[in-house]
Amino acid sequence: MNLDIENAALILSAFLFAVGTAGVLVRRNAIIVFMCVELMLNAVNLTLVVFSRSLGLEAQVLVFFVMAVAAAEAAVGLAIIIAIFRHYEGVDVDRFNLLRW
Amino acid sequence: MVSLPLLLQEAHAAYEPILPVWILLLPLIGAVVNGIGAFMWRGSKSIPSLVGPLAVIGAFVVVVLNFVAMLTAAPHEPAIVSLWTWMAAGNLSVGVDLQFDQLSILMCLVVTGVSSVIHVYSIGYMGEDPGYSRYFAYLNLFVFFMLVLVLGANFPITFVGWEGVGLCSYLLIGFWYENQDFASAGKKAFVVNRIGDFGFLVAMFLIFVHFGTLGYAQVFAAAPATLAYGGVVVTAITLFLFLGCTGKSAQIPLYVWLPDAMAGPTPVSALIHAATMVTAGVYLVARTSVLFAMSPVSQAVVAAVGAGTALLAATIATQQYDIKKVLAYSTVSQLGYMFLAVGIGAYTAGVFHLMTHAFFKALLFLGSGAVIHAMHHAYHEVHSHEDPNDMRNQGGLRRYMPITFTTMWVGTLAISGIIPLAGFFSKDEIIWYTGAYGYGILWGVALVVAMLTAGYMTRLMVMTFYGENRTGEKERSHLHEVPAVMWIPLAILAVLSVIGGWVNIPDALPVLPGVHAFHDWLHPIFAPARGILESHGLQEAHTSPIGGGEAMWAGISTVAAAVVILLTFRALIHRTWKPAAESVDPTGLAGVLYNKWYVDELYDRMIILPLLALWRGCWRIVDAGLIDGSINGLASGTRAVGWIGSLFQTGRVSTYMFYFVTGVLVILATFLF
Repeated sequence: MNLDIENAALILSAFLFAVGTAGVLVRRNAIIVFMCVELMLNAVNLTLVVFSRSLGLEAQVLVFFVMAVAAAEAAVGLAIIIAIFRHYEGVDVDRFNLLRW
Repeated sequence: MVSLPLLLQEAHAAYEPILPVWILLLPLIGAVVNGIGAFMWRGSKSIPSLVGPLAVIGAFVVVVLNFVAMLTAAPHEPAIVSLWTWMAAGNLSVGVDLQFDQLSILMCLVVTGVSSVIHVYSIGYMGEDPGYSRYFAYLNLFVFFMLVLVLGANFPITFVGWEGVGLCSYLLIGFWYENQDFASAGKKAFVVNRIGDFGFLVAMFLIFVHFGTLGYAQVFAAAPATLAYGGVVVTAITLFLFLGCTGKSAQIPLYVWLPDAMAGPTPVSALIHAATMVTAGVYLVARTSVLFAMSPVSQAVVAAVGAGTALLAATIATQQYDIKKVLAYSTVSQLGYMFLAVGIGAYTAGVFHLMTHAFFKALLFLGSGAVIHAMHHAYHEVHSHEDPNDMRNQGGLRRYMPITFTTMWVGTLAISGIIPLAGFFSKDEIIWYTGAYGYGILWGVALVVAMLTAGYMTRLMVMTFYGENRTGEKERSHLHEVPAVMWIPLAILAVLSVIGGWVNIPDALPVLPGVHAFHDWLHPIFAPARGILESHGLQEAHTSPIGGGEAMWAGISTVAAAVVILLTFRALIHRTWKPAAESVDPTGLAGVLYNKWYVDELYDRMIILPLLALWRGCWRIVDAGLIDGSINGLASGTRAVGWIGSLFQTGRVSTYMFYFVTGVLVILATFLF
């Protein structure tokens, strides 16, 4: 297999994305789930950067958007987690089933 | 406004109906004014007392004018007054047409004449009733519809009147609707009449299919050529018409509503349920006599049902204690006579008895109303709740109510067929023709019923007016004769009950002069039907089925009635009855008759209970089971599917994430492979 820099970066980002997804699925701690979501976002960012090399700079603009949204999301998400922690005295996501009917 | 002599002069050339619309309009105006009055000036007695009777008396005057005009002109063709086209569709065209001929004018005379008297009587009888204005509104409306019925020139117009009088009958039976039993009696009358109306409707459809028209004149003119004599079609038409008649005129099997109809005020019983409305069936058979004459089967059915009803009702009447029930069954029985007459083809005799019966039965009912009025007043004064209608509570009233007593005797003798009162001539004519036309068994039945009639009427007189008074010590002092506004109508009807039969005296009777005025008057109406009957072998025998001529049998039946009256009188005059509250119901044969042959119970078991069971089955199985079941099943099925779906909703983000990832993987897999 021809391992040039682009392929390597894409494989890395796919790996990072898989790790993030697995973390969201299997971990119970809300903070870690949250960090895994960040990992997935950044895997996508990496993919966008790689493609901008061949397709143009527009993809990198998208990366900035993602980072800005991720920052905002982190602020809101952490606030929610803190509120949940105060209420339940824990951040185990399996205990939160408020969305249930 | 043209003066009366001028009107008559004009009429002399050719008969033209005089003010025809006003005959109908006056009672209708009365009904509207009193109907408004029932809401607007509820307390007022003077306006209904004035408007109600005057509207009908006015109509009576117009009818008399027409009668006189027709008498002088003696037209052979009916005069048709076309007002407007009611409905026109395809080849169906029904106009609001009024027919003025000898039969309809005669019926109008009877209806408006008897109604006028009863309206006046009602002023006294209903004087203290809170629904006074409403009562006169209904009564005027009834007269209007009854006149529509008899004046209609085609089947639909007659049907409008037919339904209208049914409605008024319902309203007036349930006049005191606060009483649940009275309201139910009204409902029963309405429902039973609906069964008959179904027959009338089907007959109309059949007539339209075969004739393409519904006008009387056209149908009767075309009938002999269009329909086969004795054919299935004409038999079906006439039998369905007769089903309508059995409902309206209270014949077997639909007579059960009439005795219960006595729940209404007594003048209503006199007017609607004795003198006029219930004779509508007889009128309809007489009106369609051409059709009936073409079907020997229908004729036999009409005659047999009439005779059977006459006998059944007369036997029941012998054991009733409610004075109005006796008269009600007597009415059913006399209507049976009329149907017997029109069934055998003696149409004139049937209509003759219709007229005389209207006089003496109205008289008897109003007399019983006077008795009930006095009894009610007496019980009311001492706050007793005894039944004023029960003859066991009466007795000895002749001392307190001499005028009522005398006039009631006139009515009793008239209905019993004592010469020379009205009932003698009309009833004997029916009995004679039944025998002379060869209906041997029915002739025997008619004779027996004549004697039963004399018996139960004498029993009524004895129980009400003779012996010791059984009303009660305190109540007795409050018994007294009714006011003039009530006894004058009684006197008028008593006179009519005496002389009403003198318009038609058979030639065969000795001493008395033969008079054919009535027969000649109706001759143009019944000539076509008589022609059909005579061309198919109707012959009048000169002796009865067991020998003897008309004069002899007229003598025998009047003597027999007199003997029955005397025997009943002697048998009952010394008998003592206990007041109703202390009596036990009779047993044995008397009990069977007292309970009206258990016909109501039989209908309950045979028809009403099975129907109720059927409807209950429909409700439980079809409605509650099938319909509700399928709708509810659909709902719970949807819920079940939703519940299964809800199992996937754990509320945990990771579960949703898992579905999401699985979905993405599946999509990816489809793209890749």
